[in-house]
Amino acid sequence: MSPRAAWRLESLGFERVYDYEAGKQNWLASGLPTEGSLADVPRAGDVARDDVPTCGLEERLGEVAERVRAAGWDTCVVVNDERVVLGLLRAAHLARDPDLPVADAMSAGPSTFRPHVYAMEMARYMTEHDLPSAPVTTGEGVLVGLLVREDAVRVAEEAHRALHEREHGYPE
Amino acid sequence: MPDSIDRHELQRLMKEGAQLVEVLPPEEYDEEHIPGAINIPLRRIDSEAPERLDRGRPVIVYCWDDP
Repeated sequence: MSPRAAWRLESLGFERVYDYEAGKQNWLASGLPTEGSLADVPRAGDVARDDVPTCGLEERLGEVAERVRAAGWDTCVVVNDERVVLGLLRAAHLARDPDLPVADAMSAGPSTFRPHVYAMEMARYMTEHDLPSAPVTTGEGVLVGLLVREDAVRVAEEAHRALHEREHGYPE
Repeated sequence: MPDSIDRHELQRLMKEGAQLVEVLPPEEYDEEHIPGAINIPLRRIDSEAPERLDRGRPVIVYCWDDP
């Protein structure tokens, strides 16, 4: 649609016309701010914890597990130097042979979710699929944070109550 | 021929005074749009663009996506 609009503007005499082809989806997936009636509805990117521990492929599992536990976590996201998500270490992975390199112990290529997905959708999906947590990334795969199911469910319930009150004028 | 740009270029052009236009229907614009964008749906480009857009400044258009 936007290429046609751009061409039409040129034919109307506008000389400097640009097409942001990746569009609104790309903007939202990058976690950038928006305006509009739904702009303040909480999203995965708002709820994801950005202090989740990360590690590299070459690290030893034992050292990573110790660091993760010391930080109060049971999950670690495996990333490269650009913070692109390559794998996930959950509690069961972290309990494996401490001499293993992370690359051999992790769950490779985990499912990731974009920051603009509504927290309500994420809560439903994570509950239905019994997913305790999920990495949230930009469209380019860069880690935004780890969405914990309990957080998603809590925020979704709060958002549901707020939407109900906005629509009906009284609390649920 | 219109140039295709990414979001970094969009942000740079916006700082330089570019006009940003969402060409989706008004309902979609009202729900959510990029800050600073105005709404001129594709079917109203002919009638509204000449009045609402400044020919002396760059114009950036976008929709949902065009992979």
